[in-house]
Amino acid sequence: MVAAPLLEVQSIRKSFSKPDGGELFVLDDINLTLREGEIVGLLGRSGSGKSTLLRLIAGLSRPAGGSITYLGRPLEGPPPGIAMVFQSFALFPWLTVLENVELGLEALGLPREETRRRAIAAIDMIGLDGFESAYPRELSGGMRQRVGFARALVVHPNILLMDEPFSALDVLTAETLRTDFLELWSRGKLPIKGVILVTHNIEEAVLMCDRVLVFATNPGRIVSEIKVDLTHPRDRLDPRFRDLVERTYVELTATRTPERPAARPERIAGAGIGTILPRVSSNLLSGLLETIAAPPYGGQADLPVIAASLNMEIDDLFPVAETLQMLRFVEVAGGDIRLNPEGRRFAEADTDERKRLFAHHLLTYIALAAHIRRVLDERPSHQAPWSRFADELEDHMSPEAAEQTLRAVISWGRYAEIFAYDDHTQIFSLENPS
Amino acid sequence: MTRVVPPVAVGARRSILSFWDLVACLLVLGALVFLAETGRELLQPLPKPGMNAVTLDPSMLPEYAARTTLRMLAAMVLSILFTFTYATWAAKSRRAEVVLLPLLDILQSVPILGFISVTVVFFMSLAPGVMLGAELAAVFAIFTSQAWNMAFSFYQSLRTIPEELTEVARSFRINPWMRFWRIEVPFAMPALVWNMMMSMSGGWFFVVASEAISVGGTTVTLPGIGSYIALAIERRDLGAICWAIAAMLLVILTYDQLLFRPLVAWADRFRFERETGLPPPRSWVLTMLTRSRLIAEATAPLVVAWRWTYRVASRPPKRAKTTTTDERTVHAIDRLWHTAVIAVAAFALWKVAQFVSTGVSSAEVGRAFLCGLATMARVFVLLAIASLIWVPIGVWIGLRPGVARVAQPAAQFMAAFPANLFFPFAVSTIVAFRLDPNIWLSPLMILGTQWYILFNVIAGASSIPSELRDIAKNLRLRGWLWWRRIALPAVFPFYVTGAITASGGSWNASIVAEVVSWGRDRLQAYGLGAYIADATEKGDIHRIVLGVAVMSLFVVVLNRLFWRPLYRHAERKFRLA
Repeated sequence: MVAAPLLEVQSIRKSFSKPDGGELFVLDDINLTLREGEIVGLLGRSGSGKSTLLRLIAGLSRPAGGSITYLGRPLEGPPPGIAMVFQSFALFPWLTVLENVELGLEALGLPREETRRRAIAAIDMIGLDGFESAYPRELSGGMRQRVGFARALVVHPNILLMDEPFSALDVLTAETLRTDFLELWSRGKLPIKGVILVTHNIEEAVLMCDRVLVFATNPGRIVSEIKVDLTHPRDRLDPRFRDLVERTYVELTATRTPERPAARPERIAGAGIGTILPRVSSNLLSGLLETIAAPPYGGQADLPVIAASLNMEIDDLFPVAETLQMLRFVEVAGGDIRLNPEGRRFAEADTDERKRLFAHHLLTYIALAAHIRRVLDERPSHQAPWSRFADELEDHMSPEAAEQTLRAVISWGRYAEIFAYDDHTQIFSLENPS
Repeated sequence: MTRVVPPVAVGARRSILSFWDLVACLLVLGALVFLAETGRELLQPLPKPGMNAVTLDPSMLPEYAARTTLRMLAAMVLSILFTFTYATWAAKSRRAEVVLLPLLDILQSVPILGFISVTVVFFMSLAPGVMLGAELAAVFAIFTSQAWNMAFSFYQSLRTIPEELTEVARSFRINPWMRFWRIEVPFAMPALVWNMMMSMSGGWFFVVASEAISVGGTTVTLPGIGSYIALAIERRDLGAICWAIAAMLLVILTYDQLLFRPLVAWADRFRFERETGLPPPRSWVLTMLTRSRLIAEATAPLVVAWRWTYRVASRPPKRAKTTTTDERTVHAIDRLWHTAVIAVAAFALWKVAQFVSTGVSSAEVGRAFLCGLATMARVFVLLAIASLIWVPIGVWIGLRPGVARVAQPAAQFMAAFPANLFFPFAVSTIVAFRLDPNIWLSPLMILGTQWYILFNVIAGASSIPSELRDIAKNLRLRGWLWWRRIALPAVFPFYVTGAITASGGSWNASIVAEVVSWGRDRLQAYGLGAYIADATEKGDIHRIVLGVAVMSLFVVVLNRLFWRPLYRHAERKFRLA
């Protein structure tokens, strides 16, 4: 039985222009179909463009190429019948719960009585009775997100778009909201016909979705699709559930390297000048190395296991693991992370030795760090302004990414003591106060 | 605690002087020249207005106070209308923004006080009745002291509405009219109310100064507290001045209780940030209004009608325009627009050049410039003295919450009180002791504006986290080291905000503070304010324009080269997150 598609996304591309006139792709060749009765998950790390895709579907921005078809008609602007739930709740602090929920109905120009009746019904359904006259600031995070859900559902949309709706909540609250939602959904009590859920939480994706689309970064693209055939309510301890989680981890870690061929084969992680570096503190790097080196892992760990034991989500854990891989202290493959001899040496060394080792790896494997050091060495003044490197990076990436990359390399460079940076004058130099 | 907002545009724009700033300068200057020329032509048929419109009878004061208050209200309504239209236009249109924003910034620096005489003549020519024209001119003068910072604040709010809120609005397809009133205005409200209060404070000063104006020998008098004071000065009547001060005190207190307290308490619900840890502002008037059934019943039809406008605005379900406008067309329109702006600016340049070349010699420009330097020196010396006095006191008060609760409103009240009411006391003293006006008139410039330093520093000191204070005690930091490492850095950003306001206000005040009279005694200091005041009295329109232009130049350049960089530095280095 194949239901007619609610929504079809065909070869969508989204880009923004670089200062030199070129284009940088945020999304490349995205295809996705949402059928009636489906929850589709978009899973990926931050920066993989999944939220951008959601906004394209919501009609909030326009693609650079490709088409989006909603109920058989091409999408132009925000369509009626697609509602959205936001990570930050996006409630209006000056409106009460009831007024927030009524807003969408007012915009439709519905009569006063009907507006009130439908809003009250939505509030009842979502479990907010008694809170009608409260202001958002008086509510807990969980209650606020319930308002977010009620506001989206009250307009009786066909499609509900959810942008990491549970990630700003604590673990217990998030779980309650998820199960409440799934219960309403599987009992057919919700007016919606299909759901697209953006998440970076693997377990959440497997718990809620019928299909999970795995995204890779730079440019954002779909690399695989995982079908979840378990019936609701799903049991997280079910071996089949664990299998799916493990498989998703493998897919996510396998999809790292972009299609661009490495200039030199030994540059595995592609830490060339154009690589966007994550802002990861050296404390986290040392911490993860130490944890993996210590029992019970003894040098090798399963990523889902270590993520669970450290209570880190993939957006927290992956950048650390990747940075360590770029610096060649670990190898990440097949959902596992393994220390190499250098990584082990680092874990066992004292502070000074660690700094020496880190400096060596930083200069050898992170092209940007080596580049900054070389420029500073070559200049007679041994100084260079921030803009010198920011401009160069912006040829390869967006200004925000360039800033993030520079900040990351500054923090590592400081730890390694290979250069200094004065944020006040915005000047790189070789003078460390001694 | 009070929200601290810098009164000049210190936003993200990095460049010190952009092309658009120059355009804006020219436009403002051109408009001034236009006003002046029109005014000069119309100077002749001006009928002689009634000279004895005001008496010193204290029983007349309530009426005068009411008239003054009405002028303030009219100007405030105008300012709000201006804010909602001008700022919205600037925020919504990329093309309008490049002109409107620098224009606002320059307008903010023009000492309109020096130009009141010209606007009086202009407005009198517009209105058939003499009094109406003068009233319009006074309202316009107050408007110019209030509107700019309100518009700035509204513009900034519109530009900083959180992305998700706009997205919610768009995904629900809320029409622009409804979006403006349900989302944009509420979001901007707290900052706007705060700026309205600041504007009001400035406005009282202007209303007093604009009610009795002499232009080229003719004096135009509008019944009000300002003209009452002017008459009292002419008659050397200290008793009457005390009456006026008492009346003003009452008026401002009433205003505060009936208008601003409720507004602030009401606007608090629009705060976007989370809890501040402070008790929400309260107002007995607001409580009364919201609890009154009568008010609720009276306003219910209005609310229904208002909602109806939302529906009407959304009635024609406009097809989403296929806004795939060709990029080349966009560029062409851009070019056309820029050409038009530059053409107008060039015309303004030509007008200004013509005006200057016919009436102003280069020696005159030099003289005005030297006067400007004198006034600048005065402003900086006074700021330094006021800082030396008020920073330590402000820190002392700010660290004691009990004292701060009393002192903070008092300082804000003092800032709102028109300092020109106190001038006669100082002037009569200077006359009596034959003091040097060049020195002793100077403090008058900062009399009303020093309070901005005080209440900002109080706000800064009370926001020092208690952990920081504890660690200072723990490390036994004391004396100068404590000031240098803890107190001064912590209050510095707040201090700079206060100093910027104080400096701007002092420049403006120099026009009324560098030339003062007491009966027939006339004291004059050497400075740009005196230069403008002198030209106004003689009706010499060329010198007025020159003086105003030079003063604007000084203020703009100081803002760009000194205050803004200082503010940015303070924000970066010392702001406690």
